[in-house]
Amino acid sequence: MDVAVQIKDAFPKRWCHLKKVLERTGPFCHPDFEPSTDVTNHFIMTTCKILVIGAGGLGCELLKNLALMGFKDIHVIDMDTIDLSNLNRQFLFRRKDIGQSKAEVAAKFINQRIPGCNVTPHYNKIQDFDECFYRQFHIVVCGLDSIVARRWINGMLISLLTYDDDGDLEQSSIIPMVDGGTEGFKGNVRVILPGISACIECTLDLFPPQVTYPLCTIASTPRLPEHCIEYVKVIQWPKENPYEAAIDGDDPVHINWIYEKASERANQFNISGVNFRLVQGVVKNIIPAVASTNAAIAAACTTEVFKIATSCSVPLSNYMVFNDVDGLYTYTYEAEKKDDCLACGQTAKVLEIKSTEIKLQQLIDQLTESYQMKNPGVTTSINGKNRTLYLPTVSSIEEQTRENLKKNLGDLGLENGSEINVADVTSPNTLVFVLKVASESMQVE
Amino acid sequence: MIKLFSLKQQKKDGEATPKVGNQKKASAAQLRITKDINELNLPKTCNTEFPDPDDLLSFKLIICPDEGFYRGGRFVFSFKVGPNYPHEPPKVKCETPVYHPNIDLDGNVCLNILREDWKPVLTINSIVYGLQYLFLEPNPEDPLNKEAAEVLQNNRRVFEMNVLKAMRGGCVGSTFFERCLK
Ligand SMILES: [Zn+2]
Repeated sequence: MDVAVQIKDAFPKRWCHLKKVLERTGPFCHPDFEPSTDVTNHFIMTTCKILVIGAGGLGCELLKNLALMGFKDIHVIDMDTIDLSNLNRQFLFRRKDIGQSKAEVAAKFINQRIPGCNVTPHYNKIQDFDECFYRQFHIVVCGLDSIVARRWINGMLISLLTYDDDGDLEQSSIIPMVDGGTEGFKGNVRVILPGISACIECTLDLFPPQVTYPLCTIASTPRLPEHCIEYVKVIQWPKENPYEAAIDGDDPVHINWIYEKASERANQFNISGVNFRLVQGVVKNIIPAVASTNAAIAAACTTEVFKIATSCSVPLSNYMVFNDVDGLYTYTYEAEKKDDCLACGQTAKVLEIKSTEIKLQQLIDQLTESYQMKNPGVTTSINGKNRTLYLPTVSSIEEQTRENLKKNLGDLGLENGSEINVADVTSPNTLVFVLKVASESMQVE
Repeated sequence: MIKLFSLKQQKKDGEATPKVGNQKKASAAQLRITKDINELNLPKTCNTEFPDPDDLLSFKLIICPDEGFYRGGRFVFSFKVGPNYPHEPPKVKCETPVYHPNIDLDGNVCLNILREDWKPVLTINSIVYGLQYLFLEPNPEDPLNKEAAEVLQNNRRVFEMNVLKAMRGGCVGSTFFERCLK
């Protein structure tokens, strides 16, 4: 007897609510929806493969919801281990699990508790996997607290898109992404159909401001207490390496060292406002977590996964904000896809510059400021020959290309319509930009 | 609205091979290596040299181990990244003659991720760490220089002396090694 039948027998009414939705029609159904037993039995329970990214506050809720809803083939990725402070809301973890992989403990818990469900854990970073890995999933659900990670997976799903000979998007290459986010009593849910609807990159300005500051600012012209803290974190710590270790935001000794050095620097530049709490906030990038917000957002995410998987109802289009600070407020609107999106824009990304008289440094500042890049390396191709314009991270190349920063673009061989390739940690791929001089018309073949 | 379910099922059953996008002008290898090089995060015992900063596809890695048998030595590796990167690993050779079980006298290096265990998800950085590890933990199980491997397996003390002799510039057995101490 196969497992599905055994389970059915053990809990005869287990799926009766699913069946009511999927095996009969109704006034709120999607117009093309055809009720059938196949959807429940075959798709959700056998074929459909879901990837959950993050096994934290949202991730625990997502895994529980998806598994109880009948999804059986679920993978979960999380690079973190369980901390005591997680236990109040990350309910798949117990005190004995502290120090272990969130993904592994969560998967084990769900697999034991929910018969027939098979969660596969990956104690990894999302960057550890390549296209082949991500291509196997039908739907990706994210419960992440990092914008860099969201942008990365977004770029990855977009890079999986394929186009036919007419340049039309092949729908079979689309992996929908349902993204949940929470911050205190606020949250949001969004449905992204890569290549079709607004992606993470299209709507980057919806995220809270990034806490990255241009390196040149924090190194030479700090203005804010955060600049001083970032300076110590980014420059002084690696230089002095006081405890022969990477910064651990949970280690008060580390935080205190950064606090003292940042205060010295703040005094030097007459900046006030550096305090221990701020240091901890900047270093750890603290986002407060509220269990009830996580539960509401994860429930909405799971409903969207269900709607996409079954086509039983029209999915969220495409951005829902949620706020339960005072009463309960939700609002849904359609975030717009940007034609020149850094990640999903099909036309070459255009970088508008004032003129080719600007210095390379100004171009790089423009990239770090407009696209919130961290440490971009820039290359180009001139007459078919590759040319490294500036690469900050490799000292030998940095030394040899540093002079270029002071040169203007024209002298470096760039002109209106030139392409530059920009590599930065915020994107999984090197991005290609076409330079457009504001006054001149484009000459792109 | 698109109906993904039926489409998806076809896709997963068929496992259609994806077409490579043609809109990019810079080659995939070039774009990828730019990314890899920009994100190189070298251990303090390693350094890179790019003879031509415009050519990110060929460079040298210098490893100066600060512990283990090879402490005090200076070993130069050449990297050649081919057009099929990252589907194929770069070609890596050791340019410094070295008495090492996993590196032969022609400079071939036996490291799993340079051959059978290479995956496109790995980066230049992964290889750097792999090479560094070879100097910390030479592996006699998987030898390219069998004599060295045997000595290491049978008598670590003798092996250590041979390594030192080679690094100072001298003969081990019938093979002469050029001096490579820093
Ligand atoms: Zn986009």
